[in-house]
Parts: sequence; C-alpha cells; structure tokens
Amino acid sequence: MNLVLYTLRRSLYIIPVLLGVCLIIFLLFNVVAGDPTPMLLGKNATVSQMAELRHQLGLDRAWYYQYFDIVKSAFTFDFGRSWQSKQQIVEIIKQGAFPSLCIALPGFMISTIMSILIALVVAFYRGKGIDVFVRFLCIALVSISSLVYILFFQYVLAYKFSLFPIAGFEPTLPDLLYYIPLPIIIWVILSLGPDVRFFRTIILDEIYQDYVRTAKAKGLKEIDVLIKHVLRNALIPILTYVVIQIPFLVLGTVLLETFFAIPGLGNTVLNAVNNSDFPVLKAFTVLSSVAYIGFNLLTDVLYALVDPRVKFD
Amino acid sequence: MAVISAETENSSSKKVQITKEIGRSLWQDAWHRLAKNKLALACMIVFSFYIVVSLLVAFGILGATWSTTVGESYAAPDWNHWFGLDIFGRDVLMKALVGTQVAMSVGLVTVMISVPIGLLLGGISGYFGGVVDEIIVWFCSIISSIPSIMLLITVTFILGRGIFAIYLALGLTSWVGLCRMIRGEVLKHKNRDYVLAIDALGGSHRRKLFTHILPNVFHIVIIDASLTFQMAIKSEVILSYLGLGVQDLPSWGKMIDDSKLELARGVWWQLGAATLFMFLILLSLNFLGDLLRDALDPKLRGQE
Repeated sequence: MNLVLYTLRRSLYIIPVLLGVCLIIFLLFNVVAGDPTPMLLGKNATVSQMAELRHQLGLDRAWYYQYFDIVKSAFTFDFGRSWQSKQQIVEIIKQGAFPSLCIALPGFMISTIMSILIALVVAFYRGKGIDVFVRFLCIALVSISSLVYILFFQYVLAYKFSLFPIAGFEPTLPDLLYYIPLPIIIWVILSLGPDVRFFRTIILDEIYQDYVRTAKAKGLKEIDVLIKHVLRNALIPILTYVVIQIPFLVLGTVLLETFFAIPGLGNTVLNAVNNSDFPVLKAFTVLSSVAYIGFNLLTDVLYALVDPRVKFD
Repeated sequence: MAVISAETENSSSKKVQITKEIGRSLWQDAWHRLAKNKLALACMIVFSFYIVVSLLVAFGILGATWSTTVGESYAAPDWNHWFGLDIFGRDVLMKALVGTQVAMSVGLVTVMISVPIGLLLGGISGYFGGVVDEIIVWFCSIISSIPSIMLLITVTFILGRGIFAIYLALGLTSWVGLCRMIRGEVLKHKNRDYVLAIDALGGSHRRKLFTHILPNVFHIVIIDASLTFQMAIKSEVILSYLGLGVQDLPSWGKMIDDSKLELARGVWWQLGAATLFMFLILLSLNFLGDLLRDALDPKLRGQE
C-alpha cells in the first residue's frame, strides 16, 4: 500500500517538472530563437509573405497558446509537421526508431554485460597489476573523442581490410545482419571505458562495507562474497545507472548513424539542425525529456521495490 | 641491541611524522600527497604546458601564421612540418596549436560559467531550504530532464554558430551536477558545531555560508571543474562535427571533422595531430581528477 502511495506521489511530481521542461523549450524556440520566417523564405521575402507564413505556423498567436501547444504535444505526441519535408513528425519518428534501436539495443546490452563482468574481475584483483592496467586503459579510452573511434574503426575495419561494409542499412533480416555488426562493435568500444570505470567504483564502494568483512569472517570464499553479497548490493546503483541510460539510447547514436548512413533518429536530428527544422528539434527535445522523466520515475519505483532501506516518507 | 635502538628510533620518527600530518590542513595535506605522486606531478606539468601554449597563441607569439600556405596540399610530415600539411598546404602543427588555445578557452570559460552558478544555487538551496530550495531543486530537475546533447545542440543552434554560443551553451548546461552535490554537502554542514558557533557569535547568513561552509565543501568544486573542463573539450568536437563549432579559427573538432574525407586518401596526420593534442590534455585532466579525489578524501587520510 505504501508503495502505491509512494508511486502516486512520485508521479504527481512529474507535472511541475514537465511544465518546466516545456517552458524551457518554449523560451528557447519561441522567444530566444526569434522569427524563423526570414530563414524559411530566404532573403527576398516580402513583409506580407512573412506575416502570412507566421500565421500559417501559428506564431502570431498569444504566447500562452504557443506554450500550451508544447505542453499538449508532450501528452498527445502530436508534434505537427516538419518544416522541411512537410511529413507528420510522429511518422518520421516511427520510421527512424527501428534502425536506431537495431544498433543501440544490442550495443547497449553487450557493453553493459561486458562492463559488469570486467568490473567484477577487476574488483576481485583490486590493487593488483590487472586492476591498475584496466584503470589506466579506461582513462586512456575516455580521453579520446568518440568521433576518432568511429573514423578510425570505419577506416581500418571496413575500408582498409574490408571486413565489414563501409556504410549502409537494410531493414530486412539477412541483410540487416550484414550491416549492423560494425556500428555495434564501435558502440561497445565507446561505452566500455566509462562503464567499466563506473561499475568498478560501485563494486569497490560495497567491498569495503562491514557486511563483507563479516561474510569473509564466516569463512566464505572471496568469489562467493563477491557474487552473492557484493554484486547483489551493487545491483541497485547499477540498475539505476542502466535504466536511466535507456532514454538516451536513441539519441546516443547521432554520430554512429551519420557515419554509417543509418536512416535512424540520430540522422533525423542532424538533418533538422542543418535545415533549421524547429518543429523536429522541438519534438525530439520534448520526447526525449518525457522519456527521461518516465524512466526516472521507473528507476525510483524499482529502487523502492528492490531496496528495503528506502522509506516512504 | 642495535636492532632495538633502530626500532625505537623508527617509531619515534613515525610519531613525529604523524603529528606533522595532523597539524596540516586538508589542502596542505592534499598538496603534499599530490606533490609526492609522480603521476600527479606529470599531469600538472602537462596542464601547465598547455596553458603556456594557449597564452602564447593568445598573444600572437605562436601560431599566428597558421593560415598561410607553406607548401603543397597534403604534403606528408617531415622535419620542417612535424604533422604535415592540410588541403590548403597549411601547417597542421600550427593549426593544432591554435586549436589548443580554442580548446583551453572553451574548457576554462565553461568552468567559469558553470561553477559559480552551481556553487551559488547549490549553496543557497542547501543552506536556506524551504521554498527557495524547492524552486532550485525543481529547476535542476528540469535542466537534467532534457538530455544534455539535445540541450547543447538546441542552445548552440539558437544562439548562432560561433565560439560564444559554445561557451554559453556548455556553461549554462553543465552546472546541475555541481549544484546538487554542493546542496547535499551544505545540508550536512549547516548544523555542525562550527556553524552553530558562528551563529552564536552573531554571524550573518552570508558569513556562515560564504566564509565558513563553502570553503569546507570546495574540494567538490575542484573535482567537478576538472570533469567539466574535459567534458567541454570533448563536446566542442561533437558540436564541430554537427556544424555548430567554432567558425574562423581552427579547432581540434574541426580538424577531426575534416579528416573524415582525408583518411581514404591515406592522409592521417590531421586526425593524428588533433587526437594526440586532445589525448594528452584529457588524460592528464582525468588522472588529476582521480588523484584529487583520492587526495582530498578525508576518509583515506593516514591510510597510506
């Protein structure tokens, strides 16, 4: 019962946050960005043309109507049409979601599982040679721009040694498997550095707790302590870290998608930036924020479910 | 006999050392630990070297001639031009040096915008509590709900391309983490005895918060600054790739972006130079951040 109340109260907190997010988006696009019509019509537009377009786009209405439109779109997902392609933005997002997830989902799962395993091994040998080496390696890995990894591996693995196709995407099954491995491999390489570092810290935080000493004093083997006690307790922060990344998965592929010509959401964002397509950018900002808020709520509820120490007050 | 006397000597010298360590403040202690650490020293030398290079470029002593053509297009590296030439026959090393100044300024200005905002809002929020706290926490949740890459793209895009847009976009979007941490620490500190003592002496809110509490949580700022600094440098690369980067000057991001068309022709030096320059500064900042955290963590005191 307590949990239900907690979930309910926590859900209510979404409302002010969502209204605030919409306010920021409104301020950015409708106030700071200024009048988009000269950009859309070109230099030779007449004043009446500009006024007409402003009316068409609904930019001549009172500010609270424009703000309310954004708030409404956060619930109905009706983002209107793209200025560039005149397509319904919901349709664009539906089309782009599949290619994006083809790369992001396997990449995310493989890198998370690999990182947790590596972090466990490193935590087991903490302070020894392999731990020091992995720590150095992780810091070195995160000190290189992600763009460099993509350029380098695309060049070496696809161009030089022709192990993979250079770029492209095919949504049907046999061909799909031909195109996605390289982007997934690069995704995993990109995530390993920060993930292993984070998970190692989490696990080491647990390893110095009193209950670990007790477990060892009971005569449990180090490996049993690590798997049965430490990992179970460390799972709570790990879970938080993993769940909160999910809404970013789709956007995380912006760079990979453009390099491998994958027609996903990341590519859509880039096109929108290049074409000053405000509604698409707005839609993506609203949608990703809603996803973030939703998953944040989910993490909090999961946290309360898993961890008996969380009090519902 | 000799062994025993040596032992007593040892223990007495240890005692002296311990009392010395107790007498040091947190910062002196941290400084001593860092100075003892060769890795930290190396990182600080690299960082100072980058600052010197940036200053030399800023005053026009170094790299002022980066835009002049000095040879053939895409000439390979040789002794005169260590990193070869680019498509217009410009020296890649000069471009990388100017890029150093751009990157360091991006890092520095971002930190200078984000740290005061985070420190001030976090301090006020934690210290005063109540409605002010709720509003600031609400504001933090809003900013962190918008994925940073979208926020960054949007703000840079709307402010118009150029280095000032990058400064502002990075600075205005990266203070939330610091704000939350400072708030948490100030909450812990505000009811401690030393603050109550100032209260009893009639100290004002301002004196309690700024003169007494904030210096005690300042180590968080240093660690956060080293992370924000490198985050800014990395973000500049991504913004450059998205076409939202620095306009008139060469930057590491633009050099890496350019090289996507060069690699297929075997021209690796532009990518190599930018990556190497970036790698060294990011590596030392990462190590420094880690070592600072260890050095400033009071829990680790006396455990070495």
